[in-house]
Amino acid sequence: MEHYTMNLNLQVWRQKNKQDKGHFDTYQVSNISSEMSFLEMIDVLNERLIREGSDPIAFDHDCREGICGMCSMYINGKPHGPWEGTTTCQLHMRAFRDGDTIVVEPWRAKAFPVIKDLMVDRSAFDRIIQSGGYISVNTGNAVDGNSIPVEKEKADASFAAAMCIGCGACVAACKNSSAMLFVSAKVSHLALLPQGSPERKTRVLDMMAQMDKEGFGSCTNTGACEAVCPKEISITNIARLNAEYISAGLTEDK
Amino acid sequence: MKWSEFFTSSVGKKFIMGLTGITLILFLVVHAGLNACIFATLLDENDHGEMFNKAAHFMGSNVIPRLLEIGLFLGIFLHIIQGLVLEFQNRSKRGISYKVNYGNRGSKWYSRSMGLLGTILLIFLILHWVQFWIPSRFTGMEEVTIDGKQVHDLFGLMKTTFEEPWVVLVYVLACISLAYHLLHGFQSAFRTLGLRSNRYLRIVKGLGIAFSILIPLVFALMPISMHFHWVG
Ligand code: HEM
Ligand code: SF4
Ligand code: FES
Repeated sequence: MEHYTMNLNLQVWRQKNKQDKGHFDTYQVSNISSEMSFLEMIDVLNERLIREGSDPIAFDHDCREGICGMCSMYINGKPHGPWEGTTTCQLHMRAFRDGDTIVVEPWRAKAFPVIKDLMVDRSAFDRIIQSGGYISVNTGNAVDGNSIPVEKEKADASFAAAMCIGCGACVAACKNSSAMLFVSAKVSHLALLPQGSPERKTRVLDMMAQMDKEGFGSCTNTGACEAVCPKEISITNIARLNAEYISAGLTEDK
Repeated sequence: MKWSEFFTSSVGKKFIMGLTGITLILFLVVHAGLNACIFATLLDENDHGEMFNKAAHFMGSNVIPRLLEIGLFLGIFLHIIQGLVLEFQNRSKRGISYKVNYGNRGSKWYSRSMGLLGTILLIFLILHWVQFWIPSRFTGMEEVTIDGKQVHDLFGLMKTTFEEPWVVLVYVLACISLAYHLLHGFQSAFRTLGLRSNRYLRIVKGLGIAFSILIPLVFALMPISMHFHWVG
């Protein structure tokens, strides 16, 4: 692809802290290379802001290679920007043209309060995992992985669900701010494996109870989550979560 | 888990929506089938709505449909109340709204408008009850004699009601809302109840599209064909 440079007009959400009301600031950035990543473009802008003595834009990032789930920008109305199946850190400036206006907002959900600028508090996801997104095993010698047979199809489906990096884009995209795609990925990943079956019922009940407690909405199957998920987690997992929850909820005596 | 915990959880609430939604879908089959008897006049010049009036009389007098009617009303009210509650609860979860919306890029407009489409249906239902159900059940209406029996002349009531152009318009709009409500709702209900096998989902999706077009079309044709005296 041919290299080009561009001048852009950015509108970025700025918010000092949780209490601040927040507002959009406009920035002109020039000479941006089409080879840069989106975050590098923000880095360039931040260097300039620091030189000018103003506050750089706070944003989350860590691995910058699409595996950690930290980056989280809502770009031109879509979580993680215009490309499909990519995280913000994997988005490159060749997705834009000279003269474009780019609006950058944080994930919006009451369950994900803004900490500063584009950084939101996603610890609600950690608490959902803590409530049941694990298996309990006694420690000791590592067991030979091949001693438990797993059907290939289930192993693949489980692996596909385990791809979820917990970024929260599904919540950001959903009109109900529902975390169902995330929870369904975590529940499916374990429910599909023999190792997950002993705690299968309590897991789904506890994780859903925590999801509701954190203030996420409920799922109405619109499919917006699936369309933005950088790991292309399938909405079929939500139907599996529903089935798991309904059967556990109607039979578990606890 | 307690029953109350189950039915107040987000999946439990959707479980009720799905079950009552499917109940309403089944009811629509019966309702559309029965009302389609008005089209008997197209096949038999001497029918004059007798077949429809007889069918309606059976539904109103036989104990089984009457019992099912109670279940239906429970289902409708649960569906409406739960639907509106869910709509408002879900709307309250965002906080500050986005400056640029994701909109139709990631989902169909009607899948995001179930509350609005449902509310249009509710307004229509109230009108519909006032026009037909309440007179037939409670306040009384004109009767005709068929086979020596006195039965409500619902056919006649339809003819006079649908003389008014605005009534026809409201009914047609309601049918369009119903079509879109079902286009999303039909398959959504099965997902909500946990259906995830691709083999079955393909059938459900196909059936859902066919149902969402056919049933509202049959319903919409009733006021239209009465208004233009194609039937009568
Ligand atoms: C004959 C009339 C109706 C039929 C056949 C019907 C059918 C359905 C179905 C099948 C669903 C999907 C349930 C699910 O996803 O699990 C649904 C959802 C819903 N309905 Fe209805 N409905 C009707 C009337 C109404 C009315 C009168 C209202 C409200 C005032 C309403 C409001 C809703 C809402 C808010 C939802 C939830 C949205 C969603 O799950 O995406 N519906 N309906
Ligand atoms: S399901 Fe997809 S969008 Fe949601 S948290 Fe996981 S990776 Fe992110
Ligand atoms: S920074 Fe790790 S996924 Fe984007």
